[in-house]
Amino acid sequence: MEMVEDRLSTVFAALADPTRRAILAQLKDGAASVTALGRPFAMSQPAISRHLKVLERAGLISRARHATVRLSRIEGEALGEVRSWLEGYRQWWDDSFEQLDELLSDLQQDQREAAT
Amino acid sequence: MSTTQVTAEPGSHEITVTRELQAPPELVYRTFSEPDLLAQWLGPRALTMKVDSFDLRHGGTWRFVHVAPDGDEHWFHGCFHGESSVEAGITQTWEYEGVPGDVSLQRATFAATPTGTVVRLTSVHLSVESRDAHIAAGMVGGVTEGFERMDELIERLARG
Repeated sequence: MEMVEDRLSTVFAALADPTRRAILAQLKDGAASVTALGRPFAMSQPAISRHLKVLERAGLISRARHATVRLSRIEGEALGEVRSWLEGYRQWWDDSFEQLDELLSDLQQDQREAAT
Repeated sequence: MSTTQVTAEPGSHEITVTRELQAPPELVYRTFSEPDLLAQWLGPRALTMKVDSFDLRHGGTWRFVHVAPDGDEHWFHGCFHGESSVEAGITQTWEYEGVPGDVSLQRATFAATPTGTVVRLTSVHLSVESRDAHIAAGMVGGVTEGFERMDELIERLARG
């Protein structure tokens, strides 16, 4: 459990930067080179490479050489951990709101019956 | 079918929960502001909620317990701030009694839509660590079933 949390901290630190989140959003459409990834940003290639290194260390992407270019690819597992971390919390509220749906429906039924 | 949206940006102190309900704001407000109604819905089904105090005035306090099937009790308390109304919403502090001093501040608002009400709960925690721990506490006994697809999660993170 502690190891999972440590890993989650690394993932969150990596996701805390808007440029890195934008890079991930780009990689959602498929693997890309550092040149392609850097295009939307007013940033030097070494700066983009540094962001890619942080994402790679967090396990959010993998990088492999294809012919002469190094392609970055998104890795789903680390993001899946983020999702399940939020999911339990969301489920807590979703369960609550489902009970609230039923209560509101009962209350409205009572109001309708009282009006007739 | 309404879905519960939770937003917790990395590195932020904030959590936002939104949900649309098929009832007018005045009625939804009652389920948040009347303790006997609140006790019927807040929290997972497996927990029984009992409200110990609920004084919905500026500076008034509230306290409730969630009792688990094994008898374990989880107490929460806090204080209301400002005048509460369907228009102004409800502003209150929260503290889980198991972690004294780890206080969060929450505002609930009730916005009318053509078909009902959107409830928005915004809570601010003392630190990113405290916020993350609060979310992680929700994992206990949490069910991990399909919520959003991965690409939706990424889209949301990218927007943040």
